[in-house]
Amino acid sequence: MTPILDIQNLSKNYGAVQILNDVNVAIDPGEFLVLVGPSGCGKSTLLNCIAGLEPISGGAIRIGGRDMTQVSPKDRDIAMVFQSYALYPTMTVAKNITFGMKVRGVDAATQAQKLAEVARQLQIEPLLNRRPGQLSGGQRQRVAMGRAVVRDPKLFLFDEPLSNLDAKLRVSMRSEIKKLHQNLGATMVYVTHDQIEAMTLATKIVVMKGGVVQQIGSPAEIYNHPANLFVADFMGSPAMNLIPARTRRQGDDVQIEIARAEGALVVRQASYGHDRPADVILGLRPEDIVEAGFRSGATVQAAKCRIDLVEPAGADTYVVSELGGKQVTARLHAETKAQPGAMLDLAFDLAKVSFFAPDTGERLN
Amino acid sequence: MIAWLERQIPKMVLAPSFVAILIFVYGFIAWTAWISLTRSKLLPKYELHGVIQYKRLFASPRWETAMDNLFIFGALFIGISMLLGLMLAILLDQKIRVEGVLRTIYLYPMALSMIVTGTAWKWIMNPGLGIEAMVRGWGFESFTFNWVIDPKMAIYAVVIAGVWQASGFVMALFLAGLRSVDGEIIKAAPVDGIPGWRIYSAIILPSMAPIFLSAFIVLAHLAIKSFDLVVALTGGGPGYATDLPATYMYAMAFSRGDIGQAASSAMVMMGVVFAIVVPYLYSELRAKHD
Amino acid sequence: MTDYSYPAPTMSPDTRPAPSRYGQTALRWLLFTLLGLFALFYLMPLFVMVTTSLKSLEEIRSGSLVAFPRDVTFEAWRTAWSGACTGIQCEGLRPYFWNSVLLAVPAVLISSFLGAANGYVIAQWNFRGANLIFSAMLFGCFIPFQVVLLPMARMLGLMGLAGTIPGLIFAHVIYGIGFTTLFFRNFYVTIPSDLVKAAKVDGAGFFRIFWSIFLPLSLPIIVVTVIWQFTQIWNDFLFGVSFSQAGTQPITVALNNIVNSTTGIKEYNVDMAAAIIAGLPTLLVYVVAGKYFIRGLTAGSVKGLMQ
Repeated sequence: MTPILDIQNLSKNYGAVQILNDVNVAIDPGEFLVLVGPSGCGKSTLLNCIAGLEPISGGAIRIGGRDMTQVSPKDRDIAMVFQSYALYPTMTVAKNITFGMKVRGVDAATQAQKLAEVARQLQIEPLLNRRPGQLSGGQRQRVAMGRAVVRDPKLFLFDEPLSNLDAKLRVSMRSEIKKLHQNLGATMVYVTHDQIEAMTLATKIVVMKGGVVQQIGSPAEIYNHPANLFVADFMGSPAMNLIPARTRRQGDDVQIEIARAEGALVVRQASYGHDRPADVILGLRPEDIVEAGFRSGATVQAAKCRIDLVEPAGADTYVVSELGGKQVTARLHAETKAQPGAMLDLAFDLAKVSFFAPDTGERLN
Repeated sequence: MIAWLERQIPKMVLAPSFVAILIFVYGFIAWTAWISLTRSKLLPKYELHGVIQYKRLFASPRWETAMDNLFIFGALFIGISMLLGLMLAILLDQKIRVEGVLRTIYLYPMALSMIVTGTAWKWIMNPGLGIEAMVRGWGFESFTFNWVIDPKMAIYAVVIAGVWQASGFVMALFLAGLRSVDGEIIKAAPVDGIPGWRIYSAIILPSMAPIFLSAFIVLAHLAIKSFDLVVALTGGGPGYATDLPATYMYAMAFSRGDIGQAASSAMVMMGVVFAIVVPYLYSELRAKHD
Repeated sequence: MTDYSYPAPTMSPDTRPAPSRYGQTALRWLLFTLLGLFALFYLMPLFVMVTTSLKSLEEIRSGSLVAFPRDVTFEAWRTAWSGACTGIQCEGLRPYFWNSVLLAVPAVLISSFLGAANGYVIAQWNFRGANLIFSAMLFGCFIPFQVVLLPMARMLGLMGLAGTIPGLIFAHVIYGIGFTTLFFRNFYVTIPSDLVKAAKVDGAGFFRIFWSIFLPLSLPIIVVTVIWQFTQIWNDFLFGVSFSQAGTQPITVALNNIVNSTTGIKEYNVDMAAAIIAGLPTLLVYVVAGKYFIRGLTAGSVKGLMQ
């Protein structure tokens, strides 16, 4: 199958400043690709390059197998939704949605029919004669999506479309976008700095930093097997615990030693690969550290830890303990009896552990 | 090819204006600068003769009068307009119900041509029939107010008309400035027992320094360029008593047929403008970048 | 006065007596007196112009400057409009009024339109060097026009436009571009660039985006620019007196000629009527759209240049 979007060796610079460096991404029809990273990582620039709104400095972008380097945005068969919605302020909602068709010379009957279709689909029929200034944030968002949907493009592009909405609305619009993706069977590229949005929406995530792709994978891959310390730290909330540790080989097993005030915490792990350095960063998600007795198995090992802080969060309670000189968060049940200052038996699920090299930050296992 | 052309459209739209500015501003300044270094009289001659025109200019008593007048007029016009404008702004800032009407009254002269202003004040200050006659009519027989025809005082008559025209504008600038001062500070002051006038002198006015500066620049610019007001009010007279560099330049260019002199005086005027404006622009731009 | 709302400083341990109510009232009266006196100062010339223009010469000579006219006559207005002498011709201001209209309308429209297009490019289609061009245009706003007067006169001669209204239009357009570009650029720069991007994706090109999206939302700045340009051009004297000849002069030049013509007896009432006629259009604009006039003034002041 030809990928619907194929980006090869893409680079982009402004003068001497490199914005994007050797980006390679391909997606199949029907995929939901999320570009995620902190601000300034180049994700929006990448989206603008895909749209043809910014010229590229090197490499190639293909949409539907066709090279797009010299193709202007209007001929790329794309539609785009912007963070500021970018609704035309002097036009009514209906005119906003049909503007593109009008420019392309679509006949009035078709325009009206498509408009009605999209308005029904997005439930914006009562708004059609209003102007953007008279709409709420959520309504504007719908109209902006309507303007994209009416185009029926090969590729939808979303540039942080939810970041101007309040928290509650953001969650509901998020599921609407997901529903839209499923109903249309459309291919979408979505830029966000919010890793939760990335996790919930994507079929494929690209994590970026400083113009360089850090990792490409499904949400599960990214979450469970982060490729490096940056991805491990960026994806997930609360963030993955990253604990400095020393390893000592014992036959096929390895002893992992974590420094702390009460004396070193020692755990064992089987099948630890060869050729690994002695000093490592051990990555373990908060949900993989639980109260002893709540998880069992060969890979689960318990240890007494001093609890510094207890943070009830409704469904769960987070506790913080100091391990290897770092604040380590564990996710316990809401009913936990954990008390700050007291010792508590914590169980570490070492099957889920990630190892990183402290110098390069790359994943080791 | 079409895509390339499409990308050039913005440049092509801007190009005519840019070329026009290049020729009609920068090219023309260069031309005037060149002519100011020649012996051009009625017609331009392009052979350079050094700073001879500038020597003539600075030796000319008429030019000296014009420069003296510029400084007298400029200092008084700017100073009084600023004071008056500031005072009006503060008075208007006292939660006056009819503020809108008063503001309209104070500012309307700015909408008039300086020729209209000059004509009106020329009549008002007419010694035989204007204010002088009016006050004499009230019984003060020895009252004299004949500035427009008195060579020593005529330039002050120009100042009166100029202030009448421009002070409302300064008022508008200052009023906008006063309104933009953080209201919380002003509210906090009476709570702390600080009297009203102290609020102005210690808190509000110092925070308006940029407005003082821009009012100054605009007024200075107006003063240096003012030409119409003098033409309409005194015609540069009596004699040359109210000549300004602008009227001197015009006289040399269009009635005396001495375009070398005209060019050199224009260059000096530009020098004066830039001596005031350029440091200001520079500091403003620098402040923007920091 | 019933304004007792000023809070006494009860929050502080300050024991000074609060200003008495009488003191407050007296201050308030002083304030109004001052404001009223200044209002009189600004209104007086207008009042004198109007009353003088309605008096006969007879009455002007015998009566006081500030007296109301005893016998209102519009004779001076009729003369100013259609009979006063501007040198040898005695056709009044009428032909020159229309000269100014013929001059101002195209000059305002062309310079505003160019400014809109330039501002649109500089704010939304920024290319390398665009800001330099903008700075070069801004700089042009500051030069004293005396420095371009001579070459412009020669250039208009070379173009065959010397002493013509099109020549004057040309000069006003060229030296108005800086300000109009500034106005539109500062307005368009506040519009998010996503709008252009969205329209590009929708398939609209440079001109389509300008016509369909940017011009419709520019009404406020169009009003400000048109008022500013109209006031500048209508009130101009320097270009008018330098680049026109008998018959093509704008109204300001004609007014000055009427007032300063040395032939015959001085008709002060005619002078005043002529001055009012010359000032009426811009005064009208000010009264009708004062808000936009002030916005133009402050935007045209140096503060606005720096945005």
